Amino acid sequence: MTTVEDRKDLIDEVLEAYPEKGKKRRSKHLGVKEAEASDCGVKSNKKSVPGVMTTRGCAYAGAKGVVWGPVKDMIHISHGPVGCGYYSWSGRRNYYVGTTGVDTFGTMQFTSDFQERDIVFGGDKKLAKIIDELEELFPLSQGTTIESECPVGLIGDDIEAVARAKAKETGKPVVPVRCEGFRGVSQSLGHHIANDTVRDWVLPKADEYRKLPEGFEPGPYDVNIVGDYNIGGDAWPSRKLMESMGLRVISQFSGDGSFNEVVMAPLAKLNLIHCYRSMNYICRFMEEKYGIGWLEYNFFGPTQIANSMRKIAAQFDETIQAKAEEAIAANQARMDSIIAKYRPRLEGKTVMMMVGGLRPRHIIPAFKDLGMKVIGTGYEFGHADDYKRTADYVEEGTLIYDDVSGFEFEEFAKKLNPDLIAAGIKEKYVFQKMALPFRQMHSWDYSGPYHGYEGFEVFARDMDLAINNPTWSLIKTPWEAA
Amino acid sequence: MTDNLDNTQNSTPTPESNGNGAGNPPVEPGKIQDHFDLFVNNEYQDLFADKRQYEGAHSHEKVAEVAEWTKSWEYREKNFERTSLTVNPAKACQPLGALFVASGFEGTLPYSHGSQGCVAYFRTHLTRNYKEPFQAVSSSMTEDAAVFGGLANMKLGLENAYELYKPKMIALCTTCMAEVIGDDLGAFVTTSKQEGHIPEELPVPFAHTPSFVGSHITGYDNMLKSILVNLTKDKKAETTNGKFNFNLGFDPYIGNIRELKRILGLFGIDYTILSDNSDTFDSPNTGEFKMYNGLTTLEDAADSINAEGSFFFQKYTTPKTQETITTAWGQKTYNFRPFGIKGTDEFLMNLSAITGKPIPQELQQERGRAVDALTDSQAWIHGKRIALYGDPDHVFNVTQFLLEMGAEPVHIVVTNSNTDFEAELREVLTNSPYGQDATIWGKKDLWHLRSLMFTEPVDLLIGNSYGKYLWRDTGTPLVRIGYPIFDRHHMHRYATLGYQGAINQFNWIINTILDELDRQTIVPAKTDISFDLIR
Repeated sequence: MTTVEDRKDLIDEVLEAYPEKGKKRRSKHLGVKEAEASDCGVKSNKKSVPGVMTTRGCAYAGAKGVVWGPVKDMIHISHGPVGCGYYSWSGRRNYYVGTTGVDTFGTMQFTSDFQERDIVFGGDKKLAKIIDELEELFPLSQGTTIESECPVGLIGDDIEAVARAKAKETGKPVVPVRCEGFRGVSQSLGHHIANDTVRDWVLPKADEYRKLPEGFEPGPYDVNIVGDYNIGGDAWPSRKLMESMGLRVISQFSGDGSFNEVVMAPLAKLNLIHCYRSMNYICRFMEEKYGIGWLEYNFFGPTQIANSMRKIAAQFDETIQAKAEEAIAANQARMDSIIAKYRPRLEGKTVMMMVGGLRPRHIIPAFKDLGMKVIGTGYEFGHADDYKRTADYVEEGTLIYDDVSGFEFEEFAKKLNPDLIAAGIKEKYVFQKMALPFRQMHSWDYSGPYHGYEGFEVFARDMDLAINNPTWSLIKTPWEAA
Repeated sequence: MTDNLDNTQNSTPTPESNGNGAGNPPVEPGKIQDHFDLFVNNEYQDLFADKRQYEGAHSHEKVAEVAEWTKSWEYREKNFERTSLTVNPAKACQPLGALFVASGFEGTLPYSHGSQGCVAYFRTHLTRNYKEPFQAVSSSMTEDAAVFGGLANMKLGLENAYELYKPKMIALCTTCMAEVIGDDLGAFVTTSKQEGHIPEELPVPFAHTPSFVGSHITGYDNMLKSILVNLTKDKKAETTNGKFNFNLGFDPYIGNIRELKRILGLFGIDYTILSDNSDTFDSPNTGEFKMYNGLTTLEDAADSINAEGSFFFQKYTTPKTQETITTAWGQKTYNFRPFGIKGTDEFLMNLSAITGKPIPQELQQERGRAVDALTDSQAWIHGKRIALYGDPDHVFNVTQFLLEMGAEPVHIVVTNSNTDFEAELREVLTNSPYGQDATIWGKKDLWHLRSLMFTEPVDLLIGNSYGKYLWRDTGTPLVRIGYPIFDRHHMHRYATLGYQGAINQFNWIINTILDELDRQTIVPAKTDISFDLIR
């Protein structure tokens, strides 16, 4: 197949710039989707090559920034020096409803601001004091998590002991999260570690912590939304859709989440997971421990929304199935009109993506709904199972790049010249300087939501405004263009 | 839509967002609604209310009661009693400043030795402020490096970075991890060169920049010193080169570098800007991505040791660098603050005296225009009580400018403060009739400031984007001056320096006050009595 061979040649060409060792290591992470292959043929979840511009973050970013951070009524201490908490402060736009600083704390930064003496003498005493001070100043918080930064692990602090003692004293959960940045190869391990702390420090005491709503009776249609971080409000249209099909969402874990929802989770009949990468661990545990099944869904674009709703409905009875069909039908006209409006402007446009979590595959059908084609995709921190799942979404000849370096991404883009690049903030302006339309797919470029039916409308509008932005035509001066 | 802190005075009521689900329209079919308007619709307001039952939330009454308590003097006292907890600090960590200053040198690749997450944060933070690409690499150290040290990572990292990105200089700083395990950068660089991973002649200045010492301004100083020491080695000549060096410190306004260059051009002074990152953070869009945009050439930087003298505009950001230039280089160094009218006057007069060149007529004209602008509008700012926060030098400049306009600084919060700075600023405040009510809150954070603003309210808040939460909670309008500014665009392109900069800053301040007056008088038949056309 010409495309497959062409793409392989392209990879070889780009790899030429590396020194021998670097080339050898990076070559395993670049590939092309071949027909019939059950995965994308790339290695993943390995250490990044030093000195290369990786977009990856660290375990702390995964634990504090992604999984625990959006639990809005707990206080998440960035335990260690000031930087990590500072840079992750309000960076992810996981929306929530609440009175910040009183009963919710999502857009605040709590840090132990380690000084040299804390490194020398250890920070456990300071940590204990911090939890006392938090209780004093934020009495309505529902608990604390401690996200440890690099030095904490290196100097051997016993944050678990502090957590145990303080939980006993305050009667509230105190969860130590060993997510030092040097652990693992990316933020992905931080997700795993955070999930494990839910397993080990929260769920065993769930019955004790849980406050049941008045008159609450567990029902056959109780579900949890897992792994939707509510970027720009994503989880809310998703919740609305689930409810429109007759399900009762008893926990949003963790976008706009509360601690009580975390401990409500074991009461549900099914875990509905959006970001498989970050929260499959806890779903697997809950399946094993409580016999709660889990199902991955995709709420990007009408095609996948309908597929996912039917897949979810199939887990329940005919009432739910009928309601799901009703909900799909009820939104059909809206979706038809949005596609009628935007598809003509976007038909045939090509896209290269590179994001974290689930997006490098899940968004592909939404582009397709608009007549667009993804010609390259890859994960910042995906694992083999992500690339396996991606195989179902991508066509033969799609370029696949794992933990793509800045250099590789730029070279690929120069050669393939897509109509749109969809990646993160660190990439955005590089490509815009190359006159390539760009949308941030971590933060929806401060727009959103993108999940659910309303989300698709915003998505369609945003792709149009990026690609058909008239300023692209201004970049070349008229005297040069002539 | 949420339990708020009763700050209705700064929310503009509109039919679409009246803050209460009850009166909201249903979703309008055919209209695309994004997060700004979607979630105020009835169906979402109902969803939020329904969801609340699972949240285990405190009652609305309890939340309101505690919210009220957080505004009290009692709460303030408790808040100031804390010794260990930091909440919403106005400081970042060392490597951010190190990368920032390194990026102003020609062909320079900033390199952070340690775990890779840090560099992702630094790049993101700078990119968000400037809306520009920021390129930096790291050693990507993981557990094995924690055990065996980071030498292997550095050798490979330097080799890859050099081959791929072809830098003329690699500026190396550390993160906490490398510091705690005790990696020896000097030895690592030497080994890397000896083993041929990078050429012997490639300059690789390095600075130790752990997050648990100082803040981003400390990192700035450490890296600048290291770069200059490295490049100027063996470059001391018999005579001076007739040039002057200028350093702006951790100054987020690239407009300031350009303004300074314009002023120096008017004077006809030959100069070197030590770290000119004005193009790094504002490069033209030509359809081609350029990796390096640092404007200070390595040659000029190397020759900076032979200058007639060096000017520093930030005293507390660059103490070590200045010390080195004064003692090791034997060069005259000067501290000036060319901000506001008097600060600029003093700078220009001294610049003229030091260089022997007269103050250009054009600048005198500009001064007249700036003073005219201030005089025209001063009435609106006279006696206004102000809270402000930021880095020491930056706060110093804003305070001086406020005093000069008859505004009254009241709460001055500097998380990365030191005693010298506090003493100097206190003197300035004491000497002004408008500085009598001011308190400098060194080492305090923005949660302290919240208490101060509730118990002793002010008219205006000046600081970076993080102040918007204080604006929301206390209803005090915010003027965004400082770093970072994430939620307003293009501020960094302006100058705050010189007479032009004074006009810019004044414009932001005065028009925020006027905007606020409009907001307060906008309700028809209620407050719009003084909704004046002319102000």
